[in-house]
Amino acid sequence: MPTDTLSQAVTGVAPFVRRHRVCFWILALTGVTVLLVTAYLFTDVTGSWDYVVQLRTRKLAAMLLVAVAVATATVLFQTVTENRILTPAIMGLDALYVLIQTVVVYLFGASALAATDPVLRWTVEIVVLVLFATALFQWIFTGAGRSIHLLVLVGVLFGVLFRSVTHLLQRMIDPAEFVVLQDAFFASFSVSERLLGLSAVTITFAAAGLVLIGRQLDVLVLGRAHAIGLGVHHRQLVAIVFALVSVLVAVSTALVGPITFLGLIVANLAYHLIGSHRHWHTIPAAILLAVIFLVGGHLLLERVFDLGTVLAVVIEFVGGIFFLILVTRKGTR
Amino acid sequence: MIVLQSVTKRYADTAVVDDVSIELGHPGITSVIGANGAGKSTLLSMIGRLLLIDSGTITVDGLDVTTTRGALLARRLAVLRQDNHLTARLTVRDLVAFGRFPHGRGRLGPSDREAIDRAIDYLDLDPVGGRFLDELSGGQRQRAFLAMTLAQDTEYLLLDEPLNSLDLRHCVQTMRLLRRAADDLGKRIVLVLHDINFAAAYSDRIVAMRAGRIHVAGKPTEVITTAVLRQVYGLDIAVDEFGGHPMAIYHL
Repeated sequence: MPTDTLSQAVTGVAPFVRRHRVCFWILALTGVTVLLVTAYLFTDVTGSWDYVVQLRTRKLAAMLLVAVAVATATVLFQTVTENRILTPAIMGLDALYVLIQTVVVYLFGASALAATDPVLRWTVEIVVLVLFATALFQWIFTGAGRSIHLLVLVGVLFGVLFRSVTHLLQRMIDPAEFVVLQDAFFASFSVSERLLGLSAVTITFAAAGLVLIGRQLDVLVLGRAHAIGLGVHHRQLVAIVFALVSVLVAVSTALVGPITFLGLIVANLAYHLIGSHRHWHTIPAAILLAVIFLVGGHLLLERVFDLGTVLAVVIEFVGGIFFLILVTRKGTR
Repeated sequence: MIVLQSVTKRYADTAVVDDVSIELGHPGITSVIGANGAGKSTLLSMIGRLLLIDSGTITVDGLDVTTTRGALLARRLAVLRQDNHLTARLTVRDLVAFGRFPHGRGRLGPSDREAIDRAIDYLDLDPVGGRFLDELSGGQRQRAFLAMTLAQDTEYLLLDEPLNSLDLRHCVQTMRLLRRAADDLGKRIVLVLHDINFAAAYSDRIVAMRAGRIHVAGKPTEVITTAVLRQVYGLDIAVDEFGGHPMAIYHL
């Protein structure tokens, strides 16, 4: 029977093709990333070579860290919420980060913000964020509803609350101090080496945590019921993921301020290109795409458009359109 | 055995499952029947760790379901529910491979691949093994999920309304298949059924629930009777016999 042989061939060939599709795209994206990074570092150097390359390396490091944090956080968040048009920004974690900074400036003044040991400040901020995420999680998930959607919805409300309180406090702050504060949240990639080091360390820890739960995450694509049936401790896993996501969001917000749509674009493009449910495949692809977007965008803006606009604006604009396309195409998925 | 002791589940003040003590998982097929809201699915969900138990204990082969590690239980008990919505695109083979998760924590060894092949073969899914689930018919998708639970290689298999939204042909195929799995593979199957005649024809044991309690449990001939059905469903249903099975005539 020709149809039988054909379908048998298809059965045998399909996984083969798929494995190579993952390899192909990861390699292609890595290639593009390397090209862009090289172009960013070494082209169009005027003046002191050392100075320029050093400055660019620092910016580049910031972009790489943000790419890792945003892409990973978004993919993780979408996996546990079983929804591909949500991003962690909806939970108000970045809003909480901004609120913490604002409260410190409001209570102790901008000089206090600058004077405190950055390592200490960083640790305290991360701990507060993780505590918030965990407390929210414990409160909602152990209650009667135990629904992840309730959790997200409450997160949305907290986000609005945090933003409102932030705005209120910022209006009450001394204008001179407000400028310092505003400077801290402006999405620029010129950050201190100290902050870069701290972010890198934090992300390494988060990545280590991720490796431990990676395979359990894959099972979550089947949904909560099947995951539990297959022996995944769902509640614990979701708690860990929320903690990881809050750390990653804190890192990227600390580095460049809130970015909403970048994660959404890269995560969905990664799913689309890779066509695999494995996080071991989708997360690296999403990270590479994020690097391509950030570095490529910077190249375009700095070298082609002569800094006509800010990268964040472009990403949010493109991302917003992309989001609308996703919503209209996929409906509630 | 799956042993339930004074198991209760309440929503607000209403006990959906009310002080139930019973042993499930005898060899062969056990069907749980009862009207909507009698607590059948809630009972199954508690055994499958999808719902917390308010009071009482459930053990599977002596392992308490609330305290035992999930992976350990997942090697003894497979659960299949009807909400098979997936966010990712998976092939049939990918899905069936998930059944091996409790055994290798996601790493597939040769014995796992063998089990996957066997399950796919057992459900005649070979021709569609590489196809994506969203390209399959409802019946095929159902079989793919069944293959996943078979690949899980457990003694107990819990199914919540496996005949939902299947046509007559697929209903009969599914029931024959479960019967075969019980007889050939030694699976102990517990399933929630709405069609009492399927329950009567394929089960070794039927448990009838009413208002959160076990009303009767026993052989099909003991449970599918006009008297019991009147109490369980509030309808006068004539029961006849066909090929050794009691058959309820409830369409008239």
